[in-house]
Amino acid sequence: MTARTALRALRRNKLRSALTMLGVVIGVGAVIVMVSIGQGASAAVRAQIEALGTNLLMVLPGATTRAGVRSGWGGATTLTVQDARAIGEECSAVSGVAWSRRQIAQVIQGELNWSTQVQGASPAYFAVRNWPLASGEYFGSRDEETANRVVVLGQTVVENLFGPGEDPLGAVIRVKDVPFRVIGVLERKGQTTWGQDQDDTVVIPFSTAERRVLGAEILGTVDLIFASATRSQDLLAAEEQMATLLRQRHRIAEGGDDDFTVRNLNDMARAQESTSQVMATLLLCVAAISLLVGGIGIMNILLVSVTERTREIGIRMAVGAKRRHILLQFLVEAVVLSGAGGLLGVALGLAASRAVSELAGWPTLISAGSVLGALLFSAAVGIVFGFWPARRAAGLDPIAALRYE
Amino acid sequence: MTESPAPLLSVRELSRAYEAGASRVVALDAVDLDVAPGEFLAVMGASGSGKSTLLHVLGCLDRPTRGSYRLAGRDVADLSADERASLRNREIGFVFQSFNLMPRTSALENVELPLVYGGVPSGEQRERARAALRSVGLEGRDHHVPSQLSGGQQQRVAIARALVNHPSLLLADEPTGNLDSSTSREILALFQRLHRQGLTIVMVTHEADVAAHASRVVSFRDGRIVSDVRQAPVEAGAEAAA
Repeated sequence: MTARTALRALRRNKLRSALTMLGVVIGVGAVIVMVSIGQGASAAVRAQIEALGTNLLMVLPGATTRAGVRSGWGGATTLTVQDARAIGEECSAVSGVAWSRRQIAQVIQGELNWSTQVQGASPAYFAVRNWPLASGEYFGSRDEETANRVVVLGQTVVENLFGPGEDPLGAVIRVKDVPFRVIGVLERKGQTTWGQDQDDTVVIPFSTAERRVLGAEILGTVDLIFASATRSQDLLAAEEQMATLLRQRHRIAEGGDDDFTVRNLNDMARAQESTSQVMATLLLCVAAISLLVGGIGIMNILLVSVTERTREIGIRMAVGAKRRHILLQFLVEAVVLSGAGGLLGVALGLAASRAVSELAGWPTLISAGSVLGALLFSAAVGIVFGFWPARRAAGLDPIAALRYE
Repeated sequence: MTESPAPLLSVRELSRAYEAGASRVVALDAVDLDVAPGEFLAVMGASGSGKSTLLHVLGCLDRPTRGSYRLAGRDVADLSADERASLRNREIGFVFQSFNLMPRTSALENVELPLVYGGVPSGEQRERARAALRSVGLEGRDHHVPSQLSGGQQQRVAIARALVNHPSLLLADEPTGNLDSSTSREILALFQRLHRQGLTIVMVTHEADVAAHASRVVSFRDGRIVSDVRQAPVEAGAEAAA
């Protein structure tokens, strides 16, 4: 009954009702779009962390100084295959370990050639990096032992050496003029958080790289050790165990400078994720403020409406409307305005976040929680901002209301 | 004063004063008045004589400053706002000079309003509102809004609204004040018909020829009753078709 009365009152002032709703529509729409952009960004960062290999730690050799020129991290050849094996055997928090040497080199297939990162890696490399195959197979320990000339390609290299639709499996490519048979293609891993294309690489067995392709000043030295922690919460423990072990093995005195460095990729990714979360929170605040402004718009219109309909309220009281009837009528008007505005806002928000992801190419993610939250919030806005005008209407003196011109 | 039936309205020592800034305006000054069931009472007086204030107090729209007011034997002076609202809903019908219909709302919905607040089931509301409109001679105008109706028709809608809950008391505040003389006669004839059917009517007017249609005339001056006369009412004549 009261709802019908309220709806009728809203219908009588269609344009005004629509304009009042607009504030809430925009507010709710903004909340949905902002949250979906924020969550989309977080999800993208999380996907990047996954792609890096969760729990991944990297050990780089230290810097060298030759004739007064310091080389920077990775310049020295202080890390060895034995170091890597020792990490795998002695560090309890480490579940897998792999090592590699790498070099930028030219690869050739038929008439096409491409400069890419050639990695000589131990067979566990793929498992530790959490890098699945798109087709074919990985090389195994037999290939490692016999220094087989087999290669696993990254997607970027496939694109640059093979035509569309051409199957690279079984093809022979030349890496630094050494022929290799393609036995596998890796799945696309995408860019690292710092924008490096991880797919622009070819991976060959470590021994093959050492003996036939890249060469080595000292056999058994590695450029990079990858280690995965047993669980993500063991990451710090693994890092410490590895550092302690390497200091022992390299006989570094207490207080001496390390000749290696352990990098925790997750930390960087997490920092990025928290940045995007801060961003999302900020956006949400802006959206919430617009919803608040929408609420004040509702209150303003209802206050005007109460004044304008003072006589109507008087008539209703004269024929027997109680305070709660009047209170409820205006409250329902407010909630209908904000609720309908909320629904329209959700529709607008969904459409807008689709448009954002398609036109601007930003990743968006719509969650049921954000839709529900925005709707509830808009209904709450109606109740909160409708209450004061409604109370004013209900508190009118019947005679004064009837006489109001 | 030897009415045999118990009075429907009984007012004793009734005063109503307003604070207007520093001064105090006494609108009603210790009024005593009894109205028996079935009476058609006209309250006369110049503007500011207190007659409208009396009507508001009788209609439970206003509360007296002092004195007692009993409606059907029940003291209503200290009822709460909500209790007064339901009393207005069930026992009292109002007719105003300016009709006071809800704008942009059909005649039918205007008449339904007291039923809505009286908690009458919605199926019954429509039926009773139609019947009420029929009884005041307004058939086929159910869906007209007030602006599509003449003054006389609007006042009939207001009367239908006042009567739809079968109140025991009809209060009219200058009901013909905004109407031409022939329409006024129609409305007064309607009042007389309702009076003959046993309805108690209290009508405020400042025109003697309007008051002449009542069975009793009470005159006010400066918040006091100065005369109280029973009379043979002038017949408004046959009710013209609406």
